[in-house]
Order: sequence, then C-alpha cells, then structure tokens
Amino acid sequence: MDWYPLLNSLRIAGISSVIVFFAGICAAYYIARTPRVIKGILDVFFTLPLVLPPTVVGYLLLRIFGPRRFFGAWVFEVFGVKLTMQWWSAIFATTVVIFPLMYRTARGAFESFDERLAYAGQTLGLSNTYIFWRIRMPYCKQGILAGTVLAFARALGAYGATSMICGYTPGKTATVSTTVLQLWRTNDDGLTLKWVLVNIAISAVVLLAINLLEKRKKVD
Amino acid sequence: MALYADIEKKLGSFMLKVRLEAGDEAVSLLGASGCGKSLTLKCIAGIERPDRGRIELNDVTLFDSEKGINLPPQERRVGFMFQQGALFPNMNVLENVMCGIRSKLPRREKERVALEMLAKMHLEGKEKAVPATLSGGEQQRVALARILVNEPEILLLDEPFSALDSHLRFELEQVLRKTVKELGKTVIFVSHNRDEAFRITEKIAIMNRGCIDVFGEKKAVFAKPLTKNAAKLTGCKNVADIEADAPNAPADHSTSATGRQQGGTGNYVYRRAYVPDWGIHINIPATNDDVTAVGIRMHDILPGHGENELTLAVTEVVENPFSYTVMLSAGAEYRPLGMELDKTTWERIHADKVTVHIPSESVLLLKK
Repeated sequence: MDWYPLLNSLRIAGISSVIVFFAGICAAYYIARTPRVIKGILDVFFTLPLVLPPTVVGYLLLRIFGPRRFFGAWVFEVFGVKLTMQWWSAIFATTVVIFPLMYRTARGAFESFDERLAYAGQTLGLSNTYIFWRIRMPYCKQGILAGTVLAFARALGAYGATSMICGYTPGKTATVSTTVLQLWRTNDDGLTLKWVLVNIAISAVVLLAINLLEKRKKVD
Repeated sequence: MALYADIEKKLGSFMLKVRLEAGDEAVSLLGASGCGKSLTLKCIAGIERPDRGRIELNDVTLFDSEKGINLPPQERRVGFMFQQGALFPNMNVLENVMCGIRSKLPRREKERVALEMLAKMHLEGKEKAVPATLSGGEQQRVALARILVNEPEILLLDEPFSALDSHLRFELEQVLRKTVKELGKTVIFVSHNRDEAFRITEKIAIMNRGCIDVFGEKKAVFAKPLTKNAAKLTGCKNVADIEADAPNAPADHSTSATGRQQGGTGNYVYRRAYVPDWGIHINIPATNDDVTAVGIRMHDILPGHGENELTLAVTEVVENPFSYTVMLSAGAEYRPLGMELDKTTWERIHADKVTVHIPSESVLLLKK
C-alpha cells in the first residue's frame, strides 16, 4: 500500500490548520471590536465557505488562481510557478473551507471571555500583547484548541474544492479522499475499503480528542 | 487637587455629566444602579473614553479632549477594584500579585514583595492556591494586594462588596478601611449602600441620572440631603412632594400658614405644608430655599403627643430582627408612612390607631 495520499493529506491539513489558527483568531478578535453593521457583513462573508457547496468554492478559487486568470497568470509570469495542480494547491482550498470553523469557535471563545480581566490587566500596567497571550488566550484555550482540532479534521476530509484545484495525480496531488474516489472508480474494492478504514480511524481519534477537551473545560 | 475630573459621555439616551474634585481623601459615589457611578470610575481609569472633558491626577493630565490627550489605562497609575476579584484564573495567587509589580525587579525580589503584601492581607498559606478555590472575600483581598503592590496614585473601588455575604463584607470592609487610611491617597468608593459609604469615606457625592446631585462632608450630606434622590440614598424611606397649604387647612398648633413654634423642643420659624401623597398637613422649618418635597426618616416619627401631631391608622407591622417597622396611613387613598420603633416600645403601644408626632426640625427639606 502506497502511503503517499495519507502523508499528503496530513501535511495539507497541518499547514492549512496553522494558517487558519492565526487567521481565525485575528479575525475573531478584531471583528468583535468593529461596529455592528460591519460585524454583521464580515461575519456572513467569513462564514460563507462553511455553507457553500465545495464546487462553488473550487470554482471561485480557480477564477483567482487559475493559470489564465489574473492572479494565477501574474504569479506565473513573475515567478514562473503554476498555482494549480501542485500538491500545495490544495492548501488554498482547505484553508478557505476550514477557516469558518476556526473563526466561529474562536469567536465563541472570545465572547465568553470576562472583559474585566483585560481591564484589570490594563490598569495594572500590563501590555495589551501580554494580556492577549497570557490572559485572554489561556482563558479561551479549550475553545480555541477544539476549533483547531475540528478544522484539522475537516481539512483531512476536504474533497470537492481540493480536487478541482489540484486534480488527482498519484504520488503528487493525491489525497486520502481523492484516492478513495479514484480506487472505487477503478473497481479496486479491497484497497478502497482500506483507505476508508484509515479515514474513519483518523476522524474518530480527532473527535475523541475534541470530546476530551470539552470534558476538561467542564472540570475547570 | 489630587483628582480633578470634568467629563461628559453619552450612551444611547443616557448622559453622564460629572464634575468631581478630591484631595488626598476618600470620597464615596453613592447612587442607584444605572446612575453612572461605575461609568465615572471607568472613565477615570481609562477603560471608557469620555466624549468631552478633562481628567487630571496629581498634576498629570490623563485625559483632555481639547488637547487630544488620552493616556492608556496602563499609564494612568490607577488601582481599580472590581465587584469580583477579576483575578487571572490561569495563575495562582502569588503569580496574580506578582503581575501587579511594575518595577523590573528580579523574580525572587518580586516574590518577596508579593508575599509580604499577601501576609498583610491575611492570606498566608494561600499563595499557591488558584483563584477559583478561594472564597469571595479572599479573592477580593488578593485583588487588593495586587493593586497595592502596583503602587497606584488613586484607588478606585467599584462596589467591592457587592458579591459577598454580609459577614464576609464586614471582614473585607475592615481591611479596606485600614488600607484607605494607610494609603493616604485619593480613594473613590462606588456604592449603593449608605452605611458602607458612611463608614469608609469622609465625603459623599450622591449621583442621580448621570450627574452629581449633592457633594459634601458625609455628616452634612446625611443631615441635609437636599434632594429627593439624596434623601432616599441616605436611607430616608418617607419622601414625598409638598404643596403650599390650603387656606382652610385644619389648624395644628397655629392658626396661620406660618408661625413660630414656642417652647417644647426649640424655637423655630416654620410654615405649614400639605403632603398630598400622605394626606397630612405638617409644620416645616421656613427657609428661603425652594423646597418642593420633604423627607422624614423612619426614626424621626415619634409616638405620643407633640409638634405635628397626627393620629394615623396602622396598615402593616413588619418585624425586623431588632425593631418593628410600622406602616401608618391617613386613609386608604394615601401612601403610608413608615415608622421604626424598638421592640419594647411597639409591644407596649400595639394598637390599630396611633398618635405620633414629628418634630419639625427633623423634617428634611428637599428639591425635586
């Protein structure tokens, strides 16, 4: 059994989770501070990928990153790199798809934060950076961790937009989910089942981790 | 002046418009909830930004809307105590207090300073505890220790007792009174409890709907609250508007609308007034001030004969731990007056109708 699809899926999910970890926290933190109307608009915009069909996300990404589209063409001209059909092209797709998960859980966690702790820190002379990383983040730790794990799990399972932007090239852009489809299409039922079981195992572990995190939250 | 604040802030339909000056002394801001007392503190601390005005603390301008000065809370050197400790839950007691030390000392030195302050707050042995395991009173003492090691220029206490049971309140109050005395700096104590305000601070400012109504030495404020709101906040339960007495009003001790009370409790120039809410006519001290309402403290309504004698029906008797509150009414269409009597006195009287009197010099003369 060739384990490349698993390795590829894991690195794509890992990298996009790291990106989304910071981007989601930033968005959640700053959106909480914007006026109500802007907050409403941005909230819809950031949550949209969660409910859009993956094909719509894939299409929109191709319109931007496609080799003949303005951004993709510009990058190819300047750097000589094609943005689609690479193993890392999938990162664009998974990042967009999992961003709302991270953003929404982080926002929920920040909203439960007791703002008086920040005020207390400020009047004591603690810097806003210190307050953010040493008081606000530890307070919201469980929620943010749960959001990160959930986003990672979702990135592992991404199929639609991923397959549109990087296709299926064995040993190059193949991921677990695209491999399952390919093997099933070529009637390799035995191998398909193996990959399906791998997928279920990983997802179960991730969900278990989330449950454990939530339980710890209650104990605290 | 140690503290000078003249600020305005609009929040929806609420308008805060406060002018407050204080030396190195303790001042209470007494007011009902929603009157803007906490908001005033937050503006001084820099947590909220006023729309207009100026705040100075020991000759440092903290805020000046005209000059565009708005120091961040970090640079204001303000000790702010919240209703509940606002301790950092992810740190233990010692770490919380060490967070408050501003100077760049080595860790061991910081620990020593923090432990010393914790001992002063009677928190020995609690330094490794996490805030969630402490009682409300202990949390507040940790918060106070954290503020004091921070060496603030002013202490802002935002209803520090409100989350505590009464016996814990009393404990914390003793610590706080001692702290206020030893600190010798400006302290603003926000409260809606007149007893605490009276015990902790020398001066009292009474707030009403975003403004300071009455400001002065605590004893003067309690003796002459001047406004209906201030009378209520200083604990006067009987407050009502008055009308100039009707010409055919029943005579009490005099036949004219104004007169001079002879003998008895003193020699007062008084006038007659009608209190429509209570349905009674009373003598009140005559002044040149524009008096539109009166207040009568429950313990100033005395049983028996005397000035402003009234015979009223008892509508309700409420038993307190050490006294009775007797509600008296001139008739079903009127609001009752409350009278407080010690237990033996009421148990001796115990009637459906009682004769009481109200010395006119004890009537509070109020505006609005």
